[in-house]
Amino acid sequence: MLQRLLMLGLLTAGLAHGGEAPGRTPRPVVEPATAGTQCVAPPEVMRRNHMDFLKHQRDDTVHGGIRGAKFSLKACIDCHANQKTQSVAQEATNFCVSCHAYAAVKIDCFECHTSKARTVAQGAPK
Amino acid sequence: MSRRGFLGVAAAAIGGVMLAPGIQLIEIAQAAAGSGPTPGANPKVRWGMLIDTTKCEPGCNDCVTACNTENGLDPKPTPTSSQWIRKVEIKEIRTGRASSVPVMCQHCAEPPCVDVCPTGASFKRADGIVLVDRHTCIGCRYCVMACPYKARSFVHEPLTEQVPDVPRGKGCVESCTLCVHRIDKGEKTTACAEACSKAGHGAIVFGDLNDPDSEISRRVREIQTTQLRADLKLDPGVRYHGI
Repeated sequence: MLQRLLMLGLLTAGLAHGGEAPGRTPRPVVEPATAGTQCVAPPEVMRRNHMDFLKHQRDDTVHGGIRGAKFSLKACIDCHANQKTQSVAQEATNFCVSCHAYAAVKIDCFECHTSKARTVAQGAPK
Repeated sequence: MSRRGFLGVAAAAIGGVMLAPGIQLIEIAQAAAGSGPTPGANPKVRWGMLIDTTKCEPGCNDCVTACNTENGLDPKPTPTSSQWIRKVEIKEIRTGRASSVPVMCQHCAEPPCVDVCPTGASFKRADGIVLVDRHTCIGCRYCVMACPYKARSFVHEPLTEQVPDVPRGKGCVESCTLCVHRIDKGEKTTACAEACSKAGHGAIVFGDLNDPDSEISRRVREIQTTQLRADLKLDPGVRYHGI
């Protein structure tokens, strides 16, 4: 039992210090979301499945006109935009880009969608 | 504590505020705020527009400007910029009678752009709005050729600073969406119709053609209206009076 607890402790410590782990490749630093907000699903679920959630919902929105459902890209951006750039994809350390660069997965989202939070993006309701 | 019990407690601690299986605090907050998903396109509705060219002021460009602002289009259009609505000045040569006509996607019931689209990106929604799904558009521009109203534009250059509600990007075809982002949220007017009313002309009426009590239905019942190129039998949702 004690051994298991120790293992779990080590594992958690490893995750928490993921950004500074020694190795050939620097690990991505995940920027924290805006304080006081809560994600629509636990982080481990979002990390593995966010692309499926977004892809499923985008078809409902574009073809069915159902807006404001649970997994909304605009809602992601609102919480995860960097305080300074107000964006999730403008700089290499911003929320979406830091992980996607590490995983070598190109994000096409922001070629059409704005990467800025609704509060600052052009045309946002004043 | 058993192994399973310990793991359960640990998972609950990691998982954050889990009130019951599958229910998180955020969902309750969303439901309380009334910000749940919108009901979506209603198949009983046929959105359309009535354009009264006798009220449309020649030289006035307010509808075009409002459209550009609402959808984040180029405020100073160049010959290659996207154009979702344009003003066309027409004149009957024999009589000299001139009128000014705003032309945009006519939201046909039988849209030729949908017929020719090789990927299914061009589609008609249940409520009659014809749209391009940019996720599937490959930018072949077949629909641009097929549209008899020249309503579609192609985006040639990379774009930045899009409006959050209106994603747009290079390599895709686009056209008037009847302000679908407004309609889905329950708003009752489009940017062009709103600007026209604000300018005091009231030449554009937006509404549900299937609802006999709507203003647009009442007006098309009372006055003579025409569909552009009615001979093509595309049954456009946009109707014109006075041409």
